[in-house]
Amino acid sequence: MRPSIALLRKDLLLERRAPEAIPAMLLFSVTTFVLFHFGLGRDEVAGQLAAGVLTVTLLFAAILGINRLFVAEQEEGGFDGVLLAPIDRTALFVAKAAGLFLFLALVELVAVAAFAILLLGPSPWPGLPGLVLVLALLNVALAVVGALVSALAIRTRARDLIVPIVALPLLTPALIAAARATAPLFDAAGASGPPTKWLAVLALYDLVFGLLAYAVFDFLLED
Amino acid sequence: MYGKGLRALSLATFAALTATFALVFFYAPLDADQGFIQKIFYVHVPVAIVTLCAYVLGAIFAALHLRTRDRRWDLRSYVVIHIALIFNILGLLTGAIWAKASWGHWWVWDEPTLVSFLIVFLLFATYQPLRFSIEDPERQARYASVFAIMAGAFVPLNFVAVRAATAYVHPRVLGTTNGGLPSQMALVFVLAIVAMALLFALLCCYEIAAKQTRWQLRALRRRLLGSDAVAPLGRSAAPSLGEPARGGSVTRAPRNPAEAAS
Amino acid sequence: MDAPAAIELRGVGRRYGERWALDDVSVSVPAGATLVVFGPNGAGKSTLLRVLATLLRPHGGEARVLGEPLPEREWAVRGRVGLLAHEALLYRDLSARENLRFHARLHKVAEPRVDELLEQMRLAGRADDPVRTLSRGLLQRVAVCRAVLHDPPLLLLDEPRANLDPAAAELIEPLIGRASGRTRVVTSHDPAGGLAEADYALGLRDGRVALSAPAGDVAPAQVEELYR
Repeated sequence: MRPSIALLRKDLLLERRAPEAIPAMLLFSVTTFVLFHFGLGRDEVAGQLAAGVLTVTLLFAAILGINRLFVAEQEEGGFDGVLLAPIDRTALFVAKAAGLFLFLALVELVAVAAFAILLLGPSPWPGLPGLVLVLALLNVALAVVGALVSALAIRTRARDLIVPIVALPLLTPALIAAARATAPLFDAAGASGPPTKWLAVLALYDLVFGLLAYAVFDFLLED
Repeated sequence: MYGKGLRALSLATFAALTATFALVFFYAPLDADQGFIQKIFYVHVPVAIVTLCAYVLGAIFAALHLRTRDRRWDLRSYVVIHIALIFNILGLLTGAIWAKASWGHWWVWDEPTLVSFLIVFLLFATYQPLRFSIEDPERQARYASVFAIMAGAFVPLNFVAVRAATAYVHPRVLGTTNGGLPSQMALVFVLAIVAMALLFALLCCYEIAAKQTRWQLRALRRRLLGSDAVAPLGRSAAPSLGEPARGGSVTRAPRNPAEAAS
Repeated sequence: MDAPAAIELRGVGRRYGERWALDDVSVSVPAGATLVVFGPNGAGKSTLLRVLATLLRPHGGEARVLGEPLPEREWAVRGRVGLLAHEALLYRDLSARENLRFHARLHKVAEPRVDELLEQMRLAGRADDPVRTLSRGLLQRVAVCRAVLHDPPLLLLDEPRANLDPAAAELIEPLIGRASGRTRVVTSHDPAGGLAEADYALGLRDGRVALSAPAGDVAPAQVEELYR
């Protein structure tokens, strides 16, 4: 666990020294909301439409972060540095997934507020606890799959192309579940809690891909 | 010597396919609601089942590759996924034709099998570009295996999610073998699955034998003519050489006659 | 440990695609000795260092580093080698101190060691500037600190004195020079200088051993021959 924390601290420090991923994801999200306003021709959205706009935007914003996740390791020799140390290689996976989770949480803090102000019709407050739960589960999915896909793509020739084309279909079940679970929270007739069925699907997705990614990550680092 | 047993497998496949189509056209009863077009069911559903099973098989082969580091497992995984992709396209096309004939639309979103089939196709369609963008053959094989394992686990999970998301109000009796299938249809259906599985296995075996033969030919040429005389490998999504000829004294051909004489 | 050889390679090979970057390389280095590897660019010197550092798996032959067979027990070798490669392996937006502290945590080294090394390398004044602002020579000094941070018994040095002025080269001598008492594998393009610090000389050409002898028996002209 301690190597993971050291790696995570380093990533947070790097993002503080040279902010790249978080501001980009944030700007991207807000711009996308504006685009949805014009694209849909709506001043306000509610229900399934609102859930879809929010989750798809967050998914695309996450792609930006996933693309950058291992750039410092690849370009500044961090992979070698980690591989030379007497630590478990999966520590790198854990640290990167945790880092991406934190980045996403920070972005959502602002992006959800912006969404509520710019686009959301019904009041966001009644559904907020449920939304936090759904987003937490969605973030785990994005972080776990993102860390793996990012490591998969970073040493290919077309990494910025590989990340979205692989990650988007792979994350489709998570998006289905998150969008369906969010819809009742934004219901125009009054929010109700997220359906257990969808939370369960999301949790199952997190569990299966979390374990699987943890198991296969090693093979991406070995040369 | 590659491709042992290919002849027997070819004959078995040919016989099974012929029998299946004969039964589909002359034995299986006409569906009361949908009429003749319903017979595409005997192609579409077996193809879909074989495709999904093949993706999972590809993941198992990929796991074996990572476990044993034997590049032949990567070749098998690659070929299985490659042929499965072709079957996948076939399944999507027959599904679209069936949808158009039965419901008047080329695409219906409330058919979970078809929808998850499309998503699975979109995922596996990235397998080749991923391979192509990695030049080092060893790394290509490893990364492709990691992808194949994730994607193989994705197949059932995706199905669960899509199925749960579909309202599932379709009035169709067929396509689900929930006992509603008349026994004559069930018999033909089972035979159709066997025939499709045989066809799939046959195509895979041919492809694997061809790839291995090409590898061996190349290794022999390198040994006979010297490694410089054979053009270097181009970039490819397909797995390349399992074990290149070692440049040691045993395998390397002399570069010039003087060297040979010494 | 009574096994005298820190490095024992027998017929080791490593390929990239169809090309053998290292082919049938055999060499033995006793603990505490210095092996200098000569060879033109692309001869396999860096590949050899990366195999010894466990960053690349050997594809053939037998390799033992610090008594452990590779790649089976590579985890037992990790953390016991110091690699000074062409790239500094430092994060450009972090300072020298932050970089070294990060590596210290990974290697479970106490933090005072970081300040001690920075002091010794006369880097204390620039230790809190981002690494990207450092000159190539200063960067190399930080990289030396990184390589010896965990006091490894085996050092792998890829042209360690490139980009260094004589004073800086002098400065790093106690850490990575012969006086450090560590087993060293050094790559070099300088026949006379390389032979002077070597106990044993290895010449590579197209990944194969073209010269292998105790340094005392090798004339600089023989080394120059490798580059023709």
